[in-house]
Amino acid sequence: MEHAPPPFFKHGPSPLARLLLCSLLSVALLISDAHYRYLGGARQVIAFALYPLQRLADTPGELAAHLGEFLATRGMLRAENAQLTDRHLHDAAALQKYRALELENAQLRGLLEMRAHLPGGATAAEIAYAERDPFIRRVVIDKGALRGIRAGQPVIDQAGLIGQVTRVYPWLAEVTLVTDKQHMVSVQNLRNGLRAVLAGHGADGQLELRFIPLNADFQIGDQLATSGIDGVYPPGLPVAAIAGVERNPADLFARILCKPLAGVANHAQVLVLDWANTTPPLPEQPPPPAKKAGKGKP
Amino acid sequence: MTRPAAPSREVIAPVSMSFIVASLLIALLINLLPWPQSAFVSAPDFVSLTVLYWCIHQSRRFGFTSAWLLGLVMDVANGTLFGQHALAYSVLAFAGIALHRRVLRFTMRDQVLHVIPLLLMTDLIVLAVRVAAGAAPPGIGYFTGGLIGGLLWPAACLLLALPQRLKRRSGYV
Repeated sequence: MEHAPPPFFKHGPSPLARLLLCSLLSVALLISDAHYRYLGGARQVIAFALYPLQRLADTPGELAAHLGEFLATRGMLRAENAQLTDRHLHDAAALQKYRALELENAQLRGLLEMRAHLPGGATAAEIAYAERDPFIRRVVIDKGALRGIRAGQPVIDQAGLIGQVTRVYPWLAEVTLVTDKQHMVSVQNLRNGLRAVLAGHGADGQLELRFIPLNADFQIGDQLATSGIDGVYPPGLPVAAIAGVERNPADLFARILCKPLAGVANHAQVLVLDWANTTPPLPEQPPPPAKKAGKGKP
Repeated sequence: MTRPAAPSREVIAPVSMSFIVASLLIALLINLLPWPQSAFVSAPDFVSLTVLYWCIHQSRRFGFTSAWLLGLVMDVANGTLFGQHALAYSVLAFAGIALHRRVLRFTMRDQVLHVIPLLLMTDLIVLAVRVAAGAAPPGIGYFTGGLIGGLLWPAACLLLALPQRLKRRSGYV
């Protein structure tokens, strides 16, 4: 840019002017997307155009998986079969107990005239790909608005909660994982019923219990399940197990690290629960501001 | 001007617009592949490498508008805030267009030394926007993507100039 172009060539605006224009446009987009979320339509259009490319990029991985399936040895299949039979027996026993409990629960709820808490239907989906951004923990599943997926639905796998649908495209949906830094779940300690807020840590396979007083009764190995009071997740979904507790008297809160129970980082089949928020609306007067997770306080 | 630093630029056939579009689509496709995530190494951004190549080699035909639109596409593909890649690619296009006469005078090794800082700057802009939006800063491994992308520059030059060379060899020009 050390010399200006001769005036008799037509160049249009100078590169610097173009840069300024593009940067201004970008910043305007950034701000409007971050604060006002006007741009859902534009995003949908680009995502629509991008969809074939995404499927194409997904093909080599799928092909490799199919080839691996094709080449699975007899021994592997037998071992897997034995394992599955074993699992099936184990599950069958648990299922019997579950059915009995469900029946009993329904009766009790009927007696108490309470709403049924458990979600109705569910949609099976497969993880199409994980987003290649080191800052966020999100995956994209292969069912979208056309299959009735809505933003806000919880997503689970066979072991526990994976995350929540946060953005819906026609054929795809974005799921924010519980390990995402922006993601919070209201949980309950299954051992003693203490409630807490579980937040993602931004790293794979790590969660953190926030704002837990030093003397609260959380121990390594405790199982945490959704409490359902946030109105986002149905109660009773297993989420995480406590992996480490650090109580430093110099800090205000205990540092409690957890490991998610579900295969959050694995490529796998998932289940999108058809769960609508049926929590009753808040009372008219908001209660005085109280500290979060104040349950563990003396 | 004291020494002929680069081998004299060969006169090659003009590149066709369809090839530019195809190369960008392929770069986008490579970016969308399921790259393994690791804390120490991040995958290079092939779209920014291709954008920089065309800005340097075809600054008349490829410029801000295309770079900016590609940035928007990358933002949708990544599910990130609208405009952060658009901003980064616009700055990259500006740097490429501003430096295009200079970079092409150098040997391939020195070109790589020009390209690495430009790609790192692109990553840095994305990082700055992310951190400003409240993300936790990632480890130093985040910047290996730009480094690897810079080292891939000779391969990109070879591949993206291939059709023109072939055309010349077959005697159409």
